[in-house]
Amino acid sequence: MSTLRLLWVSFRVGVMGELAYRVNFVVQLFQSIVGLGTALAGLAVVFAYTDTLGGWQADEVVALVGVYILVGGVIGAVIQPSMEEFIESVREGTLDYVLTKPEDAQLLVSIQEVDIWELIDIVVGFGVLVVALARLDERVGVAQAGSFALMLLAGGAIVYSFWLILATLSFWFVRVENILVIFQSMYEAGRWPISLYPGWLRFGLTFLVPVAFAVTVPAEALTGRLDGTSLWGALGLAGVLLVVSRLLWRTGIRRYSGASA
Amino acid sequence: MRALLELYVQQFKTSFATMLQYRASLVIWLIGQVLEPVIYLIVWSTVARASGDQVGGFTSADFAAYFLVLMIVNHVTYTWIMYEFEYRVREGGLSPVLLRPVHPIHNDVADNLTSKMVSLPGMLLTAIGLGLIFRPDFRVVPWAIVAFIPSLALAFVVRFLVEWSLALAAFWTTRVGALNQMYFVLMLFLSGQMAPLSLMPAWIQVTASALPFRWMVAFPIELLLGRLTPAEALIGFGAQAIWIAVGLGLVRIVWRAGVRTYSAVGA
Repeated sequence: MSTLRLLWVSFRVGVMGELAYRVNFVVQLFQSIVGLGTALAGLAVVFAYTDTLGGWQADEVVALVGVYILVGGVIGAVIQPSMEEFIESVREGTLDYVLTKPEDAQLLVSIQEVDIWELIDIVVGFGVLVVALARLDERVGVAQAGSFALMLLAGGAIVYSFWLILATLSFWFVRVENILVIFQSMYEAGRWPISLYPGWLRFGLTFLVPVAFAVTVPAEALTGRLDGTSLWGALGLAGVLLVVSRLLWRTGIRRYSGASA
Repeated sequence: MRALLELYVQQFKTSFATMLQYRASLVIWLIGQVLEPVIYLIVWSTVARASGDQVGGFTSADFAAYFLVLMIVNHVTYTWIMYEFEYRVREGGLSPVLLRPVHPIHNDVADNLTSKMVSLPGMLLTAIGLGLIFRPDFRVVPWAIVAFIPSLALAFVVRFLVEWSLALAAFWTTRVGALNQMYFVLMLFLSGQMAPLSLMPAWIQVTASALPFRWMVAFPIELLLGRLTPAEALIGFGAQAIWIAVGLGLVRIVWRAGVRTYSAVGA
């Protein structure tokens, strides 16, 4: 409950900070629409030459793109800005202010910064998803919708833990943001069904950077492709990573000595 | 001329030293430049294999050859000036540059070439490694291979002039992000980065040839892969020459107008 309340506070601070720059809204909206148009036009070119891509129909890949934009929006709106702020605050020593607050520090750090314009991507991604689903209607039942929601949560937890683990490493190594930038550029690969890629690349996108769990697995759940192994695997991995990141956080925070203080 | 040469040598040294400090950011740029062509290579090979290994004159091995050459051509011709210029204008970093007695484009050319000299061997090794995985099929046309090198050099010049002029938009607006994004979308579809242009709808092919896009990336690839007749190659070189002339004029005009509006914010 207090998580939601704190997230709401961060959101309001984000809104207040950004309302001074209202043109940013138009710019961001424009960029989101261009990004979406590019993705759809790219699909149109490819599907002009084929009916299915690695067993995925055009509308199913559109649904995948919807998930891609949606999850990208969540990462861009909360996870990425918060984690960047956290890494910065370890370097500058301003993490002290977070630690003195009477709430769980990991929670505070994880939602401290909300980039409200990125929320546009969440809306756009959701919209694309709904349109794609409407065109696929006969094959999406309650079971698929349920496992989709579950996999979206698991994917979110995995991506969040992944970022937190890397960001927590900044307690030991000062420069870690480069690894996070690599995630950004690898995320691009999630735009297409991961089953297309050769084994080594699929492995990298599943276990080195969890793009597969963030985008492909939820989309597979939605289109009825998910087998039990992947479902339980995703849930298991989400649980393990949440615990590991928590433990690492605790070890790290004990090590932090406040560079500025 | 001698002075200019000395300037280049000096800029090489400075850029080299800077680059050694920022190795990680260089590697990150390169990951994106490798990953994107590899993704499209895989997508198009999948499409080809699904339709009897033949899509619009390309087999899956042809796609492998196309996108691996694209990777190299794109790397040789790319610039990062559109990201950097906004920063220069906003932070006032341009002010000392304006005091120098030579045109600032020379520093950027030297900087770009230094970076490429360091990263190109790595990119070539990466391309060879990927070649072992994806098994490209090269049709060897001797004259086309000879013509490839000048076409690549001219493509670099065209792209550099175009992107340098566009980067100057930062003089008039501090929101170049949206403009850059538009440009990258056009590059994706019109320069052959997403698919060989011959697979694109006719109107895109016409647009790509009428504008500089085809001549900045796609043309050297098509040439090396032996997909052009000698006459088409000559037309290509002509188009590159025209766009270099236009680009030089553009750089001159936009730079003059831009410097006049520049008021060194932050300096």
